[in-house]
Amino acid sequence: MSDLKTFPQGGVHPSDQKLSAHKQIMVLKLPPVVKIPLSQHLGAPAMAVVKKGDKVKVGTLIAQSGGFISANIHASVSGTVSMIGESTDTSGYLKEVVIINVEGDEWEDSIDRSSDLKKEIVKTREEIIETVKNLGLVGLGGATFPTHVKLMVPPGKKAQILIINGVECEPYLTSDHRVMLERADEMLVGIKIIMKALSVEKAVIGIENNKSDAIKHLSDKIKDYPGITVQPLKVMYPQGGEKQLIKAITGREVPNKGGLPIDVGVVVQNVGTAFSVYEAVQKNKPLLERIVTITGKSVKNPGNYLIRIGTSIADLIEAAGGLPEDTGKIISGGPMMGKALTGIDVPVVKGTSGILIMTKKDAKRELQGSCIRCGKCISVCPLGLEPYLLYQLSNRRKFDRLESEDVMNCCECGSCQYTCPSSLPLLDYMRLGKLEVGKLIRARKNN
Amino acid sequence: MTTKMLTVSPSPHVHGDFSTQRIMLDVAIALMPAFLVSILYFGMGAIKVTFIAVVACMLFEYLIQKFLLKVPVTVTDGSALVSGILLAFNVPSSIPTWMVVLGALVTIGVAKMSFGGLGKNPFNPALVGRVFLLISFPVDMTNWPRPRLMDFSFADAVSGATALGKLKEGLMMGETVDKLMVDIPGYLDLFIGNVNGSLGEMSAMALLIGAVYLLMRRVISLYIPLSFILSVVILTGIFWLYNPSRYADPLFHILSGGLMLGAWFMATDMVTSPMSKMGMMIFGIGCGLITVLIRLFGAYPEGVSFAILIMNAVVPLINRSCKPKRFGEILK
Repeated sequence: MSDLKTFPQGGVHPSDQKLSAHKQIMVLKLPPVVKIPLSQHLGAPAMAVVKKGDKVKVGTLIAQSGGFISANIHASVSGTVSMIGESTDTSGYLKEVVIINVEGDEWEDSIDRSSDLKKEIVKTREEIIETVKNLGLVGLGGATFPTHVKLMVPPGKKAQILIINGVECEPYLTSDHRVMLERADEMLVGIKIIMKALSVEKAVIGIENNKSDAIKHLSDKIKDYPGITVQPLKVMYPQGGEKQLIKAITGREVPNKGGLPIDVGVVVQNVGTAFSVYEAVQKNKPLLERIVTITGKSVKNPGNYLIRIGTSIADLIEAAGGLPEDTGKIISGGPMMGKALTGIDVPVVKGTSGILIMTKKDAKRELQGSCIRCGKCISVCPLGLEPYLLYQLSNRRKFDRLESEDVMNCCECGSCQYTCPSSLPLLDYMRLGKLEVGKLIRARKNN
Repeated sequence: MTTKMLTVSPSPHVHGDFSTQRIMLDVAIALMPAFLVSILYFGMGAIKVTFIAVVACMLFEYLIQKFLLKVPVTVTDGSALVSGILLAFNVPSSIPTWMVVLGALVTIGVAKMSFGGLGKNPFNPALVGRVFLLISFPVDMTNWPRPRLMDFSFADAVSGATALGKLKEGLMMGETVDKLMVDIPGYLDLFIGNVNGSLGEMSAMALLIGAVYLLMRRVISLYIPLSFILSVVILTGIFWLYNPSRYADPLFHILSGGLMLGAWFMATDMVTSPMSKMGMMIFGIGCGLITVLIRLFGAYPEGVSFAILIMNAVVPLINRSCKPKRFGEILK
């Protein structure tokens, strides 16, 4: 095992609270009804190809990709389409959904449901990318970028290293951790498939050192998978941020102002994505279920569940012992970057890595004071920005200046706001600034 | 479905255990060793002046916020407490009570509240208060009581000049450094604080203990104090090597006067110092340079307060020109 690596600039140490780290993945029982949103990925929403009254099986295509950056969506249950309407999703906005009444559990015949490990990769590069595209795979780390797009290296660029993100630096979340422990072989085959698609010889799995069991387990397993190594990383938020992870493992810096990992010869995929690539390519199974952590200090039984896409979060909370009395906030994702939900009747989507329930006390924000110019926000910013300044400029609506101070480079990791001794809403204002500067940039392009 | 009211706010949803109050408390704690040494040498005078300065600063902050500005009262954030202690530390323990109160009014009213309160003042409030008193009442402000170990009577202390004051006066009369040094406390006395001086500036040892605490608590970093002290060492060292009979040695310079208090506790004031590492170093070097210029060539024997105040004025410029290295910046 090599020394712990980390990114060199900034970072914070939130308490990790991995309450469900030792809970085995359990299968959540089928819900009576699922609501499957048509926009579960970054990019254009998919377009429904079923209508009210249609019978679907598990794995039936129900919505077609709506553009180059978009993804197919499949039925996660068998039954009858009862409605194509609108429903609130994790973002809090109304989105188009396909509602299916569950009847039995009948799968498409093309899907191999056996549990035996299929190691041999027979598909060609092109076939792999085609399968991944058809089966609706997106990045499961949270950004939900369509996976097939990432597998197609743009002309003139070359992928040299595949980095597999098993960092899971968000406090509380453990779904990636459990995948590495319980689906290791499948995930490693998935990594080999991605390596084949990208024609790279080298893959590195980055794991934070607080998951020593996963590091040990995978270090044993990789002996059978040449080209794959495990890199333990220092526990430091946001170690799992794409740019930070690439810097930590390769020493390369993705150029700012819109640079992509491929510009430094790197492609990053999440461990859960690697597992779903295995299932898609080897078993022909679309992305129709995922592992979700349900957790929180007040939750009776925190755990990790395998859940069909479209299942209501209410069902998941029920399985974990019900909604605690003093719940103040429910978050989709982790506490650093997750989204607060407006209610619990919200479907699990491809990007739902966890549901965190916070008590009323923890949900309260501290009263904000005045900036004492301590500079802590600068010292923790992993991107070398000056959050205090961006906050002031955004507050005063000086968007031109905000752009020249590189507000668009902000990755919204929240380290600044986490650290601010005056509890200033730094990131709130930086987001506002990014929104306005984004408008300015688009307006300039259109002229 | 539940009808519970949920809090919906953007991320991050957790906050680290950091607060302004805690920072101020840490600074106050770090100043306690120096306060204890001061009590040992200056007795009741040290307690009286510090107590009055703290109470006056907090009271003025309360009154101004409540009745004059009519804004929420934030006196509990601890910043007035720290300003009060620092103001007391920068005056002789023998000055009249009303002078301390006046100094506190300038510190809080003029230097802090008139700019909008905590975080908005460009100059270190305690130093503004101190310099105001020094210019207005030069006699009382340079009438330093002699240290008397463990004497807690209110008896009038014998007074005299500081080590730096004696040196400056002697050199102006044409004496040489080695002759003057006979009459000036040695390094050990300077280090532990057995010397004439402002209430809290004399003991380098006690101030260093506090500084280590602040470093451990990560309230301050080494950038400002080290660059400040090192630039004083280097500059005075050059002059000392050039002519040791006209210029005192670097060790004397760093142990005497307000350098330790200034470098560790006043120049590091977050509000009035630069934000980036590079900026902090430039600021520290500037402070050191001006301090040495005033000490060696100026009219005053001591220049730490003026140096810090002058450098406070250029902090916005430093902040504007010293940016942290942006991640992924393509170097051309």
